[in-house]
Amino acid sequence: MSTLAPPQSETTATPELDAVRAKFPAGSILPQDGLDQPVWIVSKDVLFDVARELKENPQTQFDMMLDLFGVDFPDREERFEAVYSLYSLQRKARLRLKVPMREDDVTLPSMVSLWKGLDWFEREAYDMFGFGFDGHPNLRRILCHEAFQGHPLRKDYDPARRWILTEDKIYKPHFDLPETGDEMFERMTINIGPSHPAMHGTFRLMAVLDGETIVASDVEIGYLHRCFEKMCETHTWQHVIPYTDRLNYCSAFINNVGYCRTVEKMLKVEVPPKAIWARMILSEFSRIMDHCVCNGTTLVDAGGLTNFWYMFQPREEIYGLLESVCGARLTVSACRIGGLIQDLPPDFEARSRKLLEMIPPLVDDVEKLVNKNRIWIDRSVGVAAISGEDAVNWSWTGPCLRASGVGYDVRRAHPYDLYDTLDFEVPVLYGGDVYDRFRIRMLEIRESLKMIRQLLDRGMPSGPWIVDDPHVALPSKEACYNQMEAMIYHFKLIMDGISVPEGEMYSMVEGANGELGFYVISDGTGKPYRIHCRPPCFPIFSAFPGLIKGGSVSDAIVSLGGLNVIAGELER
Amino acid sequence: MSMTGESWVTTTFDTLEDWAARNSFWPFPFGTACCAIEFMSTVSSHYDVSRFGAEVVRFSPRQSDVLLVAGTINDKMGPVLKKIYDQMAEPKWVISMGACACSGGFYRAYHVMQGIDEIIPVDVYVPGCPPTPEGLIYGILQLKEKVARDREHQRRMNRESKDQEKTQSVNTGAPTV
Ligand code: SF4
Repeated sequence: MSTLAPPQSETTATPELDAVRAKFPAGSILPQDGLDQPVWIVSKDVLFDVARELKENPQTQFDMMLDLFGVDFPDREERFEAVYSLYSLQRKARLRLKVPMREDDVTLPSMVSLWKGLDWFEREAYDMFGFGFDGHPNLRRILCHEAFQGHPLRKDYDPARRWILTEDKIYKPHFDLPETGDEMFERMTINIGPSHPAMHGTFRLMAVLDGETIVASDVEIGYLHRCFEKMCETHTWQHVIPYTDRLNYCSAFINNVGYCRTVEKMLKVEVPPKAIWARMILSEFSRIMDHCVCNGTTLVDAGGLTNFWYMFQPREEIYGLLESVCGARLTVSACRIGGLIQDLPPDFEARSRKLLEMIPPLVDDVEKLVNKNRIWIDRSVGVAAISGEDAVNWSWTGPCLRASGVGYDVRRAHPYDLYDTLDFEVPVLYGGDVYDRFRIRMLEIRESLKMIRQLLDRGMPSGPWIVDDPHVALPSKEACYNQMEAMIYHFKLIMDGISVPEGEMYSMVEGANGELGFYVISDGTGKPYRIHCRPPCFPIFSAFPGLIKGGSVSDAIVSLGGLNVIAGELER
Repeated sequence: MSMTGESWVTTTFDTLEDWAARNSFWPFPFGTACCAIEFMSTVSSHYDVSRFGAEVVRFSPRQSDVLLVAGTINDKMGPVLKKIYDQMAEPKWVISMGACACSGGFYRAYHVMQGIDEIIPVDVYVPGCPPTPEGLIYGILQLKEKVARDREHQRRMNRESKDQEKTQSVNTGAPTV
C-alpha cells in the first residue's frame, strides 16, 4: 500500500494535447515536464484562444475549470504567475496552465464567457494579487473589505498589516435593471445578512424584488476571510495542519487528510497501512457529520427544527470517537504528515462498530419525518434547480453536482488510499433541485456507513501509526529523553520544521462538499512557499444569484442550506 | 409578593428582577465560524443549554440581552458586530466565545480583528479553539454570577449616591425627594 496514488494522468506527452499545441505559434506554449500532471506555460497573448480550443476541441474536452489562483515570485523577471487548473470529466484528465506576467503588465483576458465558474476566482485573483481581467463584468474585491489597500498575497505584503473599515465605506450594490414601464409598481431592494440566521451568519444577500419575485440579486462574502493562505506561508509545514482544520470545520478531518497527503506526495514518504485505514474510516465518519449538519440546517431553514435535533445526535456520537482519537471534538488536527497524531485507542474498533449500529435509525427517523412531508416537498422540489451542464460550467463538484446528474466523485474517478478496493456506489440524482441535494446526502451517508463497515471487517492493520522517518515524524518521547540523535531530530523538527524538497504538487480528496484540492509549492526551506486550497463551495456559491433568480425570497432561504456553503472554506 | 398555592414569598422588586434576569438569558448568537458549530452543539439535545435557562435564542438584537460572539470576527465584519451591539437594549452583556473572538486566536493576520474588545466591551471570555460545550456553559454560569454581583453593586452605588444627595440637601435646606 502506498500513499502515492496511481499516476493521475498520462505522461505529459499526450497526443491530444500535442495536437492542440501544434495549432498555436511555436514558443507560445511550453510544456513543463516531470510534474504531477501535464503543465503548460502559456503566453498571455494566446491564453484565451488556447483555453477556448482546449474546451471545445472534442479531443481534449476540458469542460471544467476547477481553479484559478496566483503565485508571486519577486525575484523573477516575470514576477507573477496565474495558474489555471482544467479538468475533463469525459477523459478524467487534468491540465494546468501557467501564465507568467511581468509586474508592469498584469492584465489577463477574462474567461468568464467560457466558464462561468471563473467569475469569483478572477475576482479573488484581483483581490489577492492585483491581476486585472479584461472584460470581467464586475471586477472588485471579493474577500477583503472595501477599505483594504494593497494585495495581501503578494510576497511584499506584511502579513499583519490591517486596514480599518468604517461604516460609510460599506459596499452598496447598484442594479441596472430595465424599467418595468408600470408606474403602479415599485421594486424593492432588500438586504439579508450578514448577521441573519438564514444567511448562516456570514453571507450578505441583496435582492431586488418585484412583488414576491427576486428579479436580481448580488451576494457579498468575505465576512470570514481569515487569511489562511498567507498564514500558511508564515508557519512550518506541520503548523499548517491546524489551519486546515478551520477550512471546512464541519468535517475538519478530511481537510487534514487532503493537506497531509499532498505534502506526503512531495516528500515521497509511505504512510503506514494502519494510518491509512484509520484516515479512511475517520474521513467517512466526518463526511457523515458534515452531511448531518448540512441537511439539519437545510430543514431548519425550511422550518423543521425537530430534524436538527435528530441530526445532531449522530454528530455528538462521532465527536466522541474523534475525541478518543485525538482529544478534540471539532477541530481535530488528528493527522500528521506521514501518519496520525498518535496510536488509535484500544476501543477504536468497538466504538466505530457501535456507531454503525447507532446512526442508521437516527437517519431513518429524519427520513420518515420529511420524505413524505407535504410542506417539505412543496418547498423543495424544483426549487433552485440547475442542469448538469450548467453545474459543470460553474465548476461545481461534490454532492451538489451529483444531484444534477453528473457522477463525478474523486473517490471513484481518481481513487486514493484504499477506495479502489472498496465496494461502494456513487449515488447520482437528476433533479438538481433542493430536494435532490438533500436526498443525495442521505444516500451518501448510507454509502459511507457501508464503506466503514467493509474497512472494519478487514480488521485494523498492525504496525506503526506514523512513518518511521526522523526527518518527518517526531521521535517518541522516550527516545527523545534517552538518545542523543532522537533529541537532535526532535529539536530540528520543532525549530526548523520538515524540509520539503523543492517543487510543486496538486492533489485532491473528495471533501464533504466536493473536490478539495491543495496546491503547494516548496522552495526547500522549512516553510511552504505557497499553499492554495481549492475550496469546493466557492464556485458553488458563486452560482447562487443565478439559482434564486425568478424565485421567491423563501425559495432563496431554503436553497442556501443545501449548497453546504461553509464560510471557513469559502473564504479561507 | 407572590403567592404559590398556600405559601407566601415576600421580596423586593429589585431582587425579583435580578433573579429573573440572570436565570433567563436570551442570547443573540453572533456565530460566524467553527465556534458557532460548537455553540449549536451546546444548544442541541446532548448538552441542552436550556438547563441553564439560556435556550431562548433570538436573532434580533432588540429581543436579546446577551450577545454571544462565537467565531472569528474580521475587519469586514467589525462594523456589523458594532451595529448589532448598539442596537441591543440595556441591560446587555457580551460573552466572547473562543480564542478568535477573545484575541484573534492564531490568526495574526491582515484581515482579522485581534479580539472583539477592540470595538465592544466584553463581560466573559471563554477560552478554547473551540471551547467545549462544557466550557461555554461554564462561561454562561460565570456571567450569571457576574450579573448578580454587578446589579447588587450598582444598587449599592445608587443608594449611596442617594444618601449623599440627601445629606447634601439636608445641609443646604433643599427639599428631598
Ligand atoms: S477560536 Fe478556533 S474554533 Fe473558534 S472560531 Fe476561532 S479558529 Fe474557529
